[in-house]
Amino acid sequence: MSSLVEISCVVNGTPTRLAVPPQTSALALLRDHLGLSGTKYGCGEGECGACTILVDGVSVNSCLMFAVDFDGRTITTIEGLAVDRASDPLRQAFVDKGGVQCGFCTPGMVVQSRHVLDKHPHAGPEEVKRGLEGNLCRCTGYKKIVEAVVTAAAAQSAAE
Amino acid sequence: MTAIERYLAPADLDSALAALAGGNATVLAGGTDLMPQINAGKVAFRPILLNIRRIPDLRAVEVGQGRITIGALVTITELKDNPVIAKAVPLLAEAADHFASDQVRNMGTIGGNVANASPAGDTLVPLLVLDAQVELASATGRRSVPMAEFFTGPGRSVRRPDELITGLSLPLPRLRTVSRFVKFGTRPALDISAVSIGFSATLDSGRLSDVRVAFGAVGPTPMRGRATEAVLEGAPLDAGLIAKAAATAQDEVKPIDDLRASAWYRRELIHNLLGKVLSDVVSR
Repeated sequence: MSSLVEISCVVNGTPTRLAVPPQTSALALLRDHLGLSGTKYGCGEGECGACTILVDGVSVNSCLMFAVDFDGRTITTIEGLAVDRASDPLRQAFVDKGGVQCGFCTPGMVVQSRHVLDKHPHAGPEEVKRGLEGNLCRCTGYKKIVEAVVTAAAAQSAAE
Repeated sequence: MTAIERYLAPADLDSALAALAGGNATVLAGGTDLMPQINAGKVAFRPILLNIRRIPDLRAVEVGQGRITIGALVTITELKDNPVIAKAVPLLAEAADHFASDQVRNMGTIGGNVANASPAGDTLVPLLVLDAQVELASATGRRSVPMAEFFTGPGRSVRRPDELITGLSLPLPRLRTVSRFVKFGTRPALDISAVSIGFSATLDSGRLSDVRVAFGAVGPTPMRGRATEAVLEGAPLDAGLIAKAAATAQDEVKPIDDLRASAWYRRELIHNLLGKVLSDVVSR
């Protein structure tokens, strides 16, 4: 087995030092080593978006990222967004609009939606659909999800 | 799986090239191709895992002396959103907009897309028609290879194991250049194209010159359509010529049957889509 690589990063606001095997995926690090199981393993090849996280504020598929590449970076997972006051309208909109069915895709959807809203604060349905095209919902609950994110965008804009 | 003996993330190019010198390193950039290929057993790690993402020089986008140079680490999202790229080579920005998903675009790099050498790589067809040069560096020197000579087969290229792609260099398109990119798949997002077509030419008084046509996913490598180009070069672009070019393209491509499309269907797509592209060019 290869030796471990020492890295330091900020995970959900907490500075963290870790020793990780170089071949480990960021997703495995989060779930198996850090116990952050909100981020889901769906397809393992970047097709479904269930493992979406934010790295330095930008959304990525954590299943495609090497954990060693967390070094020096700021990571936000769904657990981080769960306590993020600025994301209150987004989470509430998923609840109010029924944007959750089985829930498996939800963490990835919410994290990717956060990124969409950060990039396009006044996003309408078309921008939201484009932004979420890398996230699959096998309950096919897309309509409610898009409504939720558009509602959150409007709520954010109204609060400005 | 081969164990990784050493992980390196150098902050400068010379250190990276030194690490590559023995040809014993797996290069990591965005990881979007490397990770699934490792997981599927298609690629084995070499003893050194070389993460090049900490090398700022490889992120630069520079315009000068009639060319634009795009660093290997420029992400697909940056290709799409960078105003300098959008102005200089809009075709590349347009192709980036058809690439995978937001998450993959945020990680994936132009250098990685070229290095991966997929016959269906989304930036490769536009880079071919834009006449890009692949900039390669090793501990012993540098060289530039035209895109049209870079690929040797699916996943294979003339890049040596001790060489790193540092960037792509493209001539700035001339005035009156018209260019198009069409990607055809079963859904807009995350789809590997069944076929793609790139087209670039100078259009003056109804005639095309400096014509470059390229096709993706219809052969072992992305390919220039030399016969199609010859048909179009210097001729008045009318309905007869469009029909002839489309038929030439259909004969020229060498597609295979796979899970995305049959060879027959791909030839039909190339015929019809090239006809559509040329008709669109003539009507503008």
